Amino acid sequence: MATIAPRLEFRHIGKTFPGVRALGDVGFAVRAGSVHGLLGENGAGKSTMMKILGGEYIPDEGEVAIDGEVMRFRTAADAIGAGVAVIHQELQYVPELSVMENLLLGRLPTRFGMVDRRQALKWTRERLDALGVDLDPRARLKSLSIGQRQMVEIVKAILRDAKIIALDEPTSSLSHRETEVLFRLVNDLRAQGKAMIYISHRMDEIFELCDAATIFRDGRKVADFDTLEGVTRDELVQRMVGREISDIFGYKPREQGQVRLSVKGVTGRAVPQPMSFDVKAGEILGFFGLVGAGRSEVMRVVYGADRRTGGEVHVDGQPVKASHIRDAIRHGLVFCPEDRKEEGIIGVRSVSENINISARRNHLTAGLFVNDRNEARVADSFIERLRIRTPHRRQEIRLLSGGNQQKAVLSRWLAEKDLRVLIVDEPTRGIDVGAKNEIYNVLYELAARGVAVVMISSELPEVLGVSDRVITMCRGQITAQFTRGEATEENVLAAALPEGASATPMRNV
Amino acid sequence: MTETNAAAIGAARETQADRRRALLWQIVDDYSLILIFIALFAVLSLTVQYFFSWDNVVGLALSVSQIGMVACTMMFCLASRDFDLSVGSTVAFAGVMCAIVSNATGSVVIGIAASLVAGALIGAVNGVVIAKLKINALITTLATMEIVRGLAFITSQGQAVGVTSEAFFTLGALELFGLPVPVWVTLACFVVFGVLLNKTIYGRNTLAIGGNPDAARLAGVSVDRVRIAIFLIQGVVAALAGIILASRMTSGQPNAGEGFELNVISACVLGGVSLMGGRATISGVLVGVLIMGTVQNAMSLMNIDAFYQYLVRGAILLIAVLVDQLKNRRQSR
Repeated sequence: MATIAPRLEFRHIGKTFPGVRALGDVGFAVRAGSVHGLLGENGAGKSTMMKILGGEYIPDEGEVAIDGEVMRFRTAADAIGAGVAVIHQELQYVPELSVMENLLLGRLPTRFGMVDRRQALKWTRERLDALGVDLDPRARLKSLSIGQRQMVEIVKAILRDAKIIALDEPTSSLSHRETEVLFRLVNDLRAQGKAMIYISHRMDEIFELCDAATIFRDGRKVADFDTLEGVTRDELVQRMVGREISDIFGYKPREQGQVRLSVKGVTGRAVPQPMSFDVKAGEILGFFGLVGAGRSEVMRVVYGADRRTGGEVHVDGQPVKASHIRDAIRHGLVFCPEDRKEEGIIGVRSVSENINISARRNHLTAGLFVNDRNEARVADSFIERLRIRTPHRRQEIRLLSGGNQQKAVLSRWLAEKDLRVLIVDEPTRGIDVGAKNEIYNVLYELAARGVAVVMISSELPEVLGVSDRVITMCRGQITAQFTRGEATEENVLAAALPEGASATPMRNV
Repeated sequence: MTETNAAAIGAARETQADRRRALLWQIVDDYSLILIFIALFAVLSLTVQYFFSWDNVVGLALSVSQIGMVACTMMFCLASRDFDLSVGSTVAFAGVMCAIVSNATGSVVIGIAASLVAGALIGAVNGVVIAKLKINALITTLATMEIVRGLAFITSQGQAVGVTSEAFFTLGALELFGLPVPVWVTLACFVVFGVLLNKTIYGRNTLAIGGNPDAARLAGVSVDRVRIAIFLIQGVVAALAGIILASRMTSGQPNAGEGFELNVISACVLGGVSLMGGRATISGVLVGVLIMGTVQNAMSLMNIDAFYQYLVRGAILLIAVLVDQLKNRRQSR
């Protein structure tokens, strides 16, 4: 087996970003005609590795070899030229163009210098039919579902005749049927001798599709499996997380009080079905579902970030005005968005500004002027309390690591003197394990003070480890509710998956 | 485990060096502008005849007083990641408006009030269209620039409108404690807007919006209200500049202030205001305005042909934007 060079090999790859060591001395090999699973928690370095493979990042150390030959990708075009196709979570297509045009981008057939639409259409139809993909070549990409767009990307890679295809969480937004089509394509590609890397958080998919697997943790390789025969799911999870799960979460039961947040029949543009739920003082309510299940959309409407078209939100029995963020904050209802960089931090402003931006209105001198001394004190106290790693409070926040940025954004709301309800959306996404733990501790502390906490998370262990109660959502609807005692990985996941999707994949467990 | 620790310590050391370097650059940035200005001033004092005299320096200050006033409000506009091209037209329209209304009513005060209100309205329209209708600021103010210029020509019938009242001229000519009134007004603007920027929620929120409008909104900043206020105040100050200019020229002229908006933006950019928003200092803008005025003044004293002055102004702006770009690039690396 070791005599011929593997199709693809990573050798001692290292990559450092300012403040973060994303990968350190990581290597693994992928054989032709095999599907190689790549596992690890968020922030473990999988996506960085894929960007190196795709030529988007240049590694600081180590090399990538194809068929034993060392490659030096400087740009994405280099990687494509070498027969590599990386399909990212964030897809790269032109939304205004049709399926056909996207597939043929840069090489549309021409006649007398004009695009030959008829020939292009015929060609595209033939290819799609041959692959068994049901898509209209003339449909614009923006009119397709995310899953269909994903299929277009995959077809693009196949048509480019790539010999190495990497799929980064391809099923996270696919329907059950689309997933089946994808699996069939992957199996066909394997039979054709392609080398594939498959990243997924879903263990059942890994077992169903992959021949071999590598596990990353905190930017390092922790395990290699030449075969998955006889390997158990628990073994993989254990290696991924690297410690007893209860260790990271450090959950302790708390007293719970009266209902603090009450949501009744709330609707919005992205929330077509009325949503209702309650959260008690001192309670941490976990919201679990697949990406696109509609959890963030609901919370954005509750907070007032998106327009509320119907229903009521009460905090401690008092109504909160619809679509009015400042009224929500006045009632002590606050929200930490999912996308920290786009919606959480103000990158070019200081750590202190980011912490004080909201609560400063309560500390004005003469009702008019910003109280700098007080703001410095508030900022310094949070930097110390939450252990925000920054040289000083005047540092621009964008220069901090993700976990420290998140702690600063949380501090913004902790600084509110009358915090009652905290909604956090994916609070630990892309954050290292140590900082995760610190963020959980903040949530526990708040809950212990009587704050009602709602936590949206796509990480099942996190939801189970931190929440007092779990609500699952699927396709814009609440599908089930579990107390901490009732919730297990199996029943929570089953409730979050679309109808029928749970039947096939679960059997490998 | 030890390996991980070593890597972590290495990374920490690396970032600490990064941060120290960033801090150092920050300090250089902060003082570089003032140093450049002092050097420029010293060189010109030594080389250009008549440059270093009280009369010339007062004249210099007077020549940039309109630009200085509006640069204060333009700073807010740019700091919030917006843009305003309509200020030049507003200057012209306000001057014409003031002259016409003063003549018609016989009261300079009513004339001034009318043109300030007009400026406020123009600014409010800009602000509402940009904030509420979500139309790009560049396009919106390009449109209002044309419209307001048109209004200036229509109301004046294309002619300079002379003012009959003597009181009106004193506004631009009167001296207090050795400095002309327009210079005092400009200095007052720098003080007021400096305090607004640094010491009030309005100023801090302006910078926050420029840094990241979405995050600012989710943090409870009334983004729309702040943006409208920025444009409204800008309209009022531009009108004030127009009134003072008309007073100095003894008439409201519909073609006044052409290219004024670009000079104002140049001065801001020269003063280190980031076009990406979120970064602005009042001292920087003051120095930017002074550099503009000094260069202009020196070129006139050296009898450089007015046609060539355009080249120099353009080159200075290009260099300023380039410096801004380099600064951002270095800081994000």
